[in-house]
Amino acid sequence: MPPTALLSRELPTLDYSATRDRFDDTWRLPLSTLLGLGRAAGADFVEFFLERVNYISCLAEEDAITSISPRLVAGAGVRVFLGKGDCYVSTNDLSFKGLKSALEKALSILGLNLPNPQAFVPEINLELLRDYASINGKEAWLSNCSSMQEMGDILLTANAQLNKDADHVQSRRATYFRDWQEVLVAASDGVFARDIRLTQSVGYSLLCAEGSDRASINKRVGATNNPNFLRSWQYAEDSAEVSESAGQMLHADYVESGNYPIIMANEFGGVIFHEACGHLLETTQIERKTSPFSEMKGQKIAHENLTAWDEGLSPNAFGSVDMDDEGMPVQRTLLIENGILKNFLSDRAGCIRTGHPRTGSGRRQSYTYAAASRMRNTYIAPGNFTNDELFASVDKGIYCKKMGGGSVGPTGEFNFGVDEAYLIENGKITKPLKGATLIGEAKEIMKRISMSSQDLGLAAGFCGSISGSIYVTVGQPHIKVDEITVGGR
Amino acid sequence: MSDVATIATIAKEKAQALGIQKFDVCGSTVDEASVQVDQGEPKQVKASKRSSVMVRVWNEANTVGVTTTSEVDELGLELALKTAQEASAFGAKEHVPDFSPEATATLDATQSELVPQAEIATLIENLVQTEAKLMDAHDAIAGVPYNDLAQRDAQRFYLNSEGAMRQEARSSSSIYLYSKTEQEGKRPRSAGAYRVSQGLKQLDIEGCLQETAEKTISHLNYQPITSGKYRVVLSAEAFLSLLGAFSNLFNAQSVLDNRSLSTVESLGTEIASPLLSVADDALHADNVGKTTFDDEGTPTRRIPIIDKGVLTNFLHSSGTAKRLDSQLTGHANLGAKVTVGPHFYHVFAASTPEQTYSLETAENVVFIDDVQALHAGVKALQGSFSLPFDGWLVNNGEKISIESATVAGDFRELLKSIIYVESEAELTPGGICPRIWVDELSITGE
Repeated sequence: MPPTALLSRELPTLDYSATRDRFDDTWRLPLSTLLGLGRAAGADFVEFFLERVNYISCLAEEDAITSISPRLVAGAGVRVFLGKGDCYVSTNDLSFKGLKSALEKALSILGLNLPNPQAFVPEINLELLRDYASINGKEAWLSNCSSMQEMGDILLTANAQLNKDADHVQSRRATYFRDWQEVLVAASDGVFARDIRLTQSVGYSLLCAEGSDRASINKRVGATNNPNFLRSWQYAEDSAEVSESAGQMLHADYVESGNYPIIMANEFGGVIFHEACGHLLETTQIERKTSPFSEMKGQKIAHENLTAWDEGLSPNAFGSVDMDDEGMPVQRTLLIENGILKNFLSDRAGCIRTGHPRTGSGRRQSYTYAAASRMRNTYIAPGNFTNDELFASVDKGIYCKKMGGGSVGPTGEFNFGVDEAYLIENGKITKPLKGATLIGEAKEIMKRISMSSQDLGLAAGFCGSISGSIYVTVGQPHIKVDEITVGGR
Repeated sequence: MSDVATIATIAKEKAQALGIQKFDVCGSTVDEASVQVDQGEPKQVKASKRSSVMVRVWNEANTVGVTTTSEVDELGLELALKTAQEASAFGAKEHVPDFSPEATATLDATQSELVPQAEIATLIENLVQTEAKLMDAHDAIAGVPYNDLAQRDAQRFYLNSEGAMRQEARSSSSIYLYSKTEQEGKRPRSAGAYRVSQGLKQLDIEGCLQETAEKTISHLNYQPITSGKYRVVLSAEAFLSLLGAFSNLFNAQSVLDNRSLSTVESLGTEIASPLLSVADDALHADNVGKTTFDDEGTPTRRIPIIDKGVLTNFLHSSGTAKRLDSQLTGHANLGAKVTVGPHFYHVFAASTPEQTYSLETAENVVFIDDVQALHAGVKALQGSFSLPFDGWLVNNGEKISIESATVAGDFRELLKSIIYVESEAELTPGGICPRIWVDELSITGE
């Protein structure tokens, strides 16, 4: 144990030994000491983020397992704030010496010097370890997940099902990953919190070909916090759905470009809100002044029929976490209510720089990234219409049944690929279409989402942004967009 | 990270203790720093020093398991070897990877090109000055929301239980500027540029600044474009983005997996205009990110891919080369399933064209500077793309910025519709390439 009044000169002689294979209370002393050192050097705020990952992916191609890839990661990042500026240094070295070295580098980058050898280093009074892993019974999750043998067996069975269901198969794949992550956050405001996250996803990738026509369809499901996830995968349903989609799209005509009313299916259709609006409500965008909604809190930014949420609480949803990557319990955040902008998504830096209160939205891919304001489970709330009413309102338009990915640029312009689309004529689906891309400008499109159905569904997704690729949920009921530009041939 | 000799010693000792006879290790260490600024103040500064290694283990049944780890000490390597050994029981039983027969071949190129890293304060000072100059370039430029000045030292190595051991180290420095305009009654417009070099001293910051400013200003006065078929000129960056997105065309692993637009029979057939030649050249003199060996230890080299429109080679790992009875090319990425990837494209005119074109004299031509959102708009296995782009409608040298539009087509048709490959090449992070002229691409605007 160090003396109660630690002198700066004594730090190099310390040899704290925290447990290597678990982030527990043994980390309190070294981290509180380092946090105190950072504060004594003049930092306004210091935060350590420690991470261990046990990841595995498995790939079945045709009737063989062609890849099982485990990955083991341990690392830490230290973030130091001075005023509104900050610095982030990451390292693989979790020893006291390694963490101290990272801290010193961060301090020096901000022009801060270590206190003189005679200076006292205050210990930061960390809270009692807020251990979501223990509280919520997560310790045995990793050992209760599917073994390598089991994951291989399930994927092979599932991939064989695809071969039965689909026609003109050129290539079929079933993929699975399990991402087990243990994190520990300690900060100079006293935060000391640990969590274990378990994220899993499984899905199909089917390529069908006949003559010069090709169709590639992907389907992926995902969940958190469920060691039995793979065992309970309803692969037969997904196989039938993927096969049906590929069959429809194989000989589909290319969509004719133009402006159309569209109906977007529920679940992954929610990517439109994620890209066109969700990103623009993150304080990282507000800071950069790249959001058209920066100054519009309390104002109408969407159609009065639209209400939208972002939250981290839906049980087992892909974007659910007990605490964010800054140690803050997650929340349910109302973004838009009846068209009125209610809240932004904010992390610590966003709060410091924009004044918008934190919402438990500080997220990152790994220890190599500083946390940033990011979405969790984001969705448009159910409305009052039926799907039949939505379709009946369209004379000629496009039904976007299965969306691909999308992105939004710094001027608010967005785009999405559509994997499976159909022509709507006089309220009825008439023929399949391929090659569609939806293009628009966020500020305009939000006012054109005029009808929402009641069949809210969520879908797992991956979101890439400033703090890396993270797990998110997108969602919506069926919605109608009055007019949007559809790129095609 | 421990030095390579130490890792080799640890790996050998631990493997022996675990009864592992055959293994290899591929790893890297990165030491990098980057700065971003906002209105004259440093916004975020990042630094990182991290390591990662992948071990492959062959068991007695000659199936392979892999594990990646960031813990490159005795305990970490031992756990990685154990986990890989466990995974090897589930390794592929057909086409089992083996050591590259060239893993011990002599390397011709320089293996170490490190330059001293600049002080972080110097990076900040440079970027603050650059941001200020960019904002002074035009009243409409309201900010540079995305900017980054970075430097990086990367070391990588490969070793195996049969004595192969090679390593290399490179430095690089890069700058990215992306400015945004605000004008009353007009849409915000934006544009960016990127430069990379070996070190900060060689980095063309001024060139990046000028290009960003010129592009941004050129987009201030924009007009919608009428949808239709246009003659299109693709910038180096735009063409290389598409080429990369459809690289399954010449990826041997994709071909063998039936996930390519090519088949084995495609070799020797004409897939592009005879005006076009493409090579992959990791050792190209202009490639800042040179790699002298791939993840299997195979030396890299220049590989002609398309010669006068004819598909001449696939890119290979040692496994795909063996299966297709081809020469090794040095393009392996290690994994439980070894994959194949390009290094640095060199696109050039195959011959002197009968007809030349110029933006100074062409009429009603769309010049695409950059295509976006490739992850959403490219169907790599179908060959089709539909992508938003930044660009101009050009008439006799006069460029009018296009308000908002997408370009769509089939990449195989695009390759055959090339009517001109300019002679002057431009260096980009992914390769070197001149402007490419293509007929009859669909543009969706109004």
